[in-house]
Amino acid sequence: MNNSSHSPVIGSAPAALRLRQRKRNQLLLQGFGASAILLAFVMLLILVGSLLYSGYRAFTQTHVEISVHIDPEIIDAEKLPRGNFRRLLQNSLVAEFPDAGSAKDKKQLLQILSASAQFELRDLILSDLLVIGQTVQLRVPVSDPYDQLNKGQIDRETPEQHRRLNDRQIDWFDQLRRGGAVSAPLNTALFTNPDSRFPEIAGLKGALIGSFWALLVCFLLSFPVGIGAAIYLEEFAPRNRFSDFIEVNINNLAAVPSVVFGLLALAVFIGWFGLPRSTPLVGGMTLALMTMPTVIIATRAALKSIPGSIREAALAIGASKQQVVFGHVLPLAMPGILTGTIIGLAQALGETAPLLLIGMNAFITSAPAGPLDSSTALPTQIFIWADSPERGFVSRTSAAILVLLGFLIAMNSLAIFLRSRFERKW
Amino acid sequence: MLLHDHHNGNILLVYFSRRRQSDIRVMENRMRNIIHFGALALTMFAIGGGTASARDQIRIVGSSTVFPYTQSVAEQFSWITGAPSPIVESTGTGGGMKLFCAGIGEQHPDLTGASRAMKASEYALCQANGVNDISEALFGYDGLSIAISRQSEFAWDLSLSDIFLALAAKVPVDGEWTDNPYALWSDVRPGLPDVRILAYGPPPTSGTRDAFVELAMHAGCIRLDWVRESGFDQDKSWVNENCSRMRQDGPYIEAGENDNLIVQRLRADMNAVGIFGYSFLFENLDTLQPVMVHGIEPDPETIADQSYPISRPLYFYTKNAHRGVIPYLQEFIEEYVSEEALAEDGYLAERGLVALPDAPRAELRETVISAGTMPVR
Repeated sequence: MNNSSHSPVIGSAPAALRLRQRKRNQLLLQGFGASAILLAFVMLLILVGSLLYSGYRAFTQTHVEISVHIDPEIIDAEKLPRGNFRRLLQNSLVAEFPDAGSAKDKKQLLQILSASAQFELRDLILSDLLVIGQTVQLRVPVSDPYDQLNKGQIDRETPEQHRRLNDRQIDWFDQLRRGGAVSAPLNTALFTNPDSRFPEIAGLKGALIGSFWALLVCFLLSFPVGIGAAIYLEEFAPRNRFSDFIEVNINNLAAVPSVVFGLLALAVFIGWFGLPRSTPLVGGMTLALMTMPTVIIATRAALKSIPGSIREAALAIGASKQQVVFGHVLPLAMPGILTGTIIGLAQALGETAPLLLIGMNAFITSAPAGPLDSSTALPTQIFIWADSPERGFVSRTSAAILVLLGFLIAMNSLAIFLRSRFERKW
Repeated sequence: MLLHDHHNGNILLVYFSRRRQSDIRVMENRMRNIIHFGALALTMFAIGGGTASARDQIRIVGSSTVFPYTQSVAEQFSWITGAPSPIVESTGTGGGMKLFCAGIGEQHPDLTGASRAMKASEYALCQANGVNDISEALFGYDGLSIAISRQSEFAWDLSLSDIFLALAAKVPVDGEWTDNPYALWSDVRPGLPDVRILAYGPPPTSGTRDAFVELAMHAGCIRLDWVRESGFDQDKSWVNENCSRMRQDGPYIEAGENDNLIVQRLRADMNAVGIFGYSFLFENLDTLQPVMVHGIEPDPETIADQSYPISRPLYFYTKNAHRGVIPYLQEFIEEYVSEEALAEDGYLAERGLVALPDAPRAELRETVISAGTMPVR
């Protein structure tokens, strides 16, 4: 009654219909929005889930403990570091499995151990010559097929001729396991070893250090230059066609595909400047080209967000333009600038294509000592591992991706922390 | 260059100290200046280092097929000798030749791997850039395998012509050279199973693709009755032009350079076949089985005696002018051609290399160690 007397339209049937329709449309839109977010989450879960599922095995590595008698008749202290260390290992395994008689058996027996075992033994003897003539306990990684077996990745039901390991080899390993010699500790080698062609001893050390140097170079170049450019453009440059032109170009530069920067680096840094290939220095310089526009844009946005009253107050008490910028505006804009820079660096950390072009996908079995030593970076290391035939590299590839994701999350969290801790609302 | 750095550094420090006397608020600015100075010094140090330091690591480029073998030798070599580990890059055969032939000097690589012999044009490029003295080493063979899931129960045995008819862009149908109409294997030849043709293989950028086209597609093409009757089988340029294209309408899928992905696809789809290097089949024999070609299964023996038709020689090329200049290069080459590496039970064979017979292997060792120059192309 009230309705009909004051606003007759609202109560009418067509109006009620329209209202229902509007409400339905709004619900529909909300539903679409929510399902888009849900879909994104499901995709993310599938991605991380599949990485975890295939990668978690790489975080442990099967080891075997054997007692090796360092026979002075085989190892001559005079001739070190040369010596038949394989023979020592073979002898101690044969002592364990007397049934292995033929030369072929003995060779197969030795394949339980990683190929690096003989060199670990060598280094042990070199570090303490007194062990010659004694018996030492040596814990070494097992080779990849046995590692897969221990992790249940080799199906014992598969017919023998289609398996990487035959029944006898599996039997040997089971005996070792029953004897308590087999253990599967945390795979610290994944972080402390450089690359190797053997999955059981391959690690990310070279890639981590290479990425560190590349990011350091990238930061040292892009941060000062980017901030300088942004300050000039935002605070000092006259507004004219030319500065507009530069602005448009910087925005375009931020959208250029990264592989183009790689080609540029190949032609200019390596071709003209003659800088060495595959080095973090060149990698960092290339990534700096990519990061610089991001830093410039973030810095300009941060500078713009500082209210004019701060500038005016400083100018009013006689500060010069430079004093205003460096004494007041820049410090207040710093949290925003740092956030932008960190996000730019995180992007650079995950970048692969330009690094492939400058040869940072090289196989190197030692970690770089400085930015001028050839090395890989995390994403290119993933690229190399993904392409290796050994089974062990399948899980290691996923593990390396998880490590990279971990670093990206850490960097982004730092950016969020800085923003929430130091950013001021005006 | 280093002297230069110190020089500049002193000037900057003097500049800093003067400012300090005149200005009290210099503290914050100084931090900023140090960062700038650091960046400057780093850049200068880098440019100086790039041109001045002598290279003590061996640099190797080349084919992605040879890459795993070179990897093994490089790792073994640095374990044994304690020398700085070589830098091995996988650039593809063609890309490797380009880098290798670019010149003499430490900014150019010492060795390149190749999954085919050096072409005359590449040889000419080398000569033009002063790379005159090259050792060629054919050090083993690699089989290209066609594989299918073990779940497939059919005894797959294809002829090269079957492979061509199933995968080529254009095939002869009723006397006409036309777009490939075949959708099922049974269309290609009665007796093959009634399943959709689906093959995962290498993209055009890869050396494996080049080898597959040459060894399987071309060979299959010239065996076709229609081609032979038309007399095209003797015409190399006709074959190159017409038999090299893989079909684009779906049944042939370019699976990227990552062979592990192809292996996963084959496990998921029991009727799909995959084309990749023998080492990937060898690592996955528990879930994959080889497709026989002309009744012959790829294994080390059939690949080495070339009775398996899709096998190819592998090479590495050495720049002899770099021997004795780049430290340890000679020792590295000796390790590469050593019995431990190349023999039938050597560590390269464990990775899928098919070894040379004894006599050619001994000959190879002698030529390569004594830096024999390759014949003119």
